[in-house]
Amino acid sequence: MSTQNPRLDIDRIIDDRRTRIIVCCGSGGVGKTTTAAAIGLRAAERGRQVCVLTVDPARRLAQSMGLTSLDNTPLLVDGIDDQEHGSLHAMMLDMKRTFDEIVEAHADPARAAQILANPFYQSLSSSFAGTQEYMAMEKLGQLRRSNEWDLIVVDTPPSRSALDFLDAPERLGRFLDGRLIRVLTAPVKAGRPFGRVLNAGLSVMTGALTKLLGAQVLRDAQTFITAFDTMFGGFRERAEATYKLLQAPGTSFLVIATPEPDALREASYFVERLDEERMPLAGLILNRVHSLTGSGAGGARLSAARSLAAAETLEAIPNGDAATASSAGYSVTAAALRLHAERMNLGERERRVAGSFMSTHPAVPVIEVPALPDDVHDLTGLRRVGEAFASIDSS
Amino acid sequence: MTARDTDWDGVRLHVVTGKGGTGKTTVAAALALALAHAGRRVLLIEAEGRQGIARLFDRPPLPYEERKIAIGPGEADDGRDPGGDVYALAIDPEGALLDYLQMFYGMRSAGVALTRLGMVDFATTIAPGLSDVLVTGKATEATRRKQSGSPSGFAYDAVVLDAPPTGRIGRFLNVSAEVSGLAKVGPIRAHADTVANVIKSPQTAVHFVCTLEEMPVQETLDGIAEIRGVPGMQVGGIVINMARPAVLSQQELKTQPDLTAMAAALGAAGLYDPDSLAAALAEEISEHARLIELADREQTELESTGQPIYELPLMAEGIDLAALHKLAAELRDQGAA
Repeated sequence: MSTQNPRLDIDRIIDDRRTRIIVCCGSGGVGKTTTAAAIGLRAAERGRQVCVLTVDPARRLAQSMGLTSLDNTPLLVDGIDDQEHGSLHAMMLDMKRTFDEIVEAHADPARAAQILANPFYQSLSSSFAGTQEYMAMEKLGQLRRSNEWDLIVVDTPPSRSALDFLDAPERLGRFLDGRLIRVLTAPVKAGRPFGRVLNAGLSVMTGALTKLLGAQVLRDAQTFITAFDTMFGGFRERAEATYKLLQAPGTSFLVIATPEPDALREASYFVERLDEERMPLAGLILNRVHSLTGSGAGGARLSAARSLAAAETLEAIPNGDAATASSAGYSVTAAALRLHAERMNLGERERRVAGSFMSTHPAVPVIEVPALPDDVHDLTGLRRVGEAFASIDSS
Repeated sequence: MTARDTDWDGVRLHVVTGKGGTGKTTVAAALALALAHAGRRVLLIEAEGRQGIARLFDRPPLPYEERKIAIGPGEADDGRDPGGDVYALAIDPEGALLDYLQMFYGMRSAGVALTRLGMVDFATTIAPGLSDVLVTGKATEATRRKQSGSPSGFAYDAVVLDAPPTGRIGRFLNVSAEVSGLAKVGPIRAHADTVANVIKSPQTAVHFVCTLEEMPVQETLDGIAEIRGVPGMQVGGIVINMARPAVLSQQELKTQPDLTAMAAALGAAGLYDPDSLAAALAEEISEHARLIELADREQTELESTGQPIYELPLMAEGIDLAALHKLAAELRDQGAA
């Protein structure tokens, strides 16, 4: 409904050739993947050379783009409208493979094989909480540097917090480059240049860790770090370089949320964080809104309270009183009025929740996307979502 | 104890999972409330440090400590039922690690030093399964904890765990498999085995929260298959959350509404411009019919699993304590607790 927030103009963003990266973020379950795909498709059909990078392991993007599998390399999506000479590629991140590729690209075959076989490396590359985010950034950097696409749309990993996307790579970098891991994984030798106190403290800690994890785990970690270290420069530097890419002009962040308190709280955190990091926020996509601005707009002027009152009036008219045909009409109409009241209540609640976000962030451009009854399965569905971005309120 | 049987009488650890956005935390809280009757003590555990439970119960952020947060309802038709107590605990891996070190080695101070140096991050990083083991370990410890003087002999009659989302639930619960690659022997392995003994027993059930939409239903089906694939693990109920009210009969949904009759009815109810209103309402009915049709299709999919299904209505006003109590009553009425 009416807000004082400016309207988010997605078409202006995707038509602006200076926009090179669009990052879609938000908490889980708000429709990030679908939104990213829909933006990608729309941009491609408006003439951009687009690559959509998704990090979601649920392979949903693959389904909605009619691809049976997404590889760790971008694949051309068939069936788009290419009148404007645009193109669409899509890829799904395979974080382990991306990690393996970094190793293979930077180490001689023997050393690479040694690293890839290390149990510590294997668990780090397939299950560490920050690896997915780190590799998403790494892949984004690779795609951007390749210059094959003029627009990359990224869907951030599903995590409980949208902030993880920004924090996790740094965390992985800090962890791998950290002094702690070096000290702890180095064999404890007599006469090392540590103070006596530190040494004593360390042995308590290595003792605790050994108890917890077993000596083998620590040894694997140590082997890995040693092999990795000589291979290429710091992990942290690498993460920082990609982080800078996100701060560069040409990058736009879109925050996606549903009109639910949790999703909007996450969105709020993220908006504030982007501001702190001086990262360019394009705006908020308020997804799956149950408003009456669509086809049923005619009913919008009947409030929930009046609708319920009318339903009660109809239900109070005794059945035997009227002719059977009209009494059947009464009961359907009463039910329809109750349905309408539910809908108005839900819409009202969503507006209240969204309203509190908007009054806290009055400068953030916002666009509402109505809830669609069907899930998106194909390009037609994605196109429909894209059109919802563009529909301009004539008011 | 009430004499009434529920679907999960032998279960003491209720694991609640669901796709993001389906209301998993809300359902876990409602289930805890529903279980807290007849003087029972229930512990509600939050596994992923979001403080969602504190928000639901309108409390300040919960510390790593078991605290009473609510009183369960008594039976309305039985004045002697005094209700029960709901306690809550927000687990974070760090607190769980300190707890573990203290409990098994009396090494709390070393643990504190570890935390200060960021070592917990380190430990959970080099052994990614570790934090899951610590979290599930805490939940199973609370489940097994004895207390003399309590009627059941246990400190808690039931534990409800607000677990990670459906996509990660298999790995989260299958702790022994997860750590086996890293810690082949040693204390953490032994700990994982104890945890597995509780999780892979009839004492534990994994409930799935879902909405009647395609993706949540698909994830639920995948999750159920995953849990069924692990010997000893028990799939619990499916909770359909935010269900739409059935205000119209199947017949009414299928027939094209008679606009003239509706307009007449709206006029009789004293509403202005009944014709255009009738058209708008008819439009809403047909949209609603489409949603119901899709929802029915998804419901059939869920029914094909053969698991008990519970339905919770959409709370249009949002979730507050009163709404939680309503949901809890629904769960009780439908036999989930």
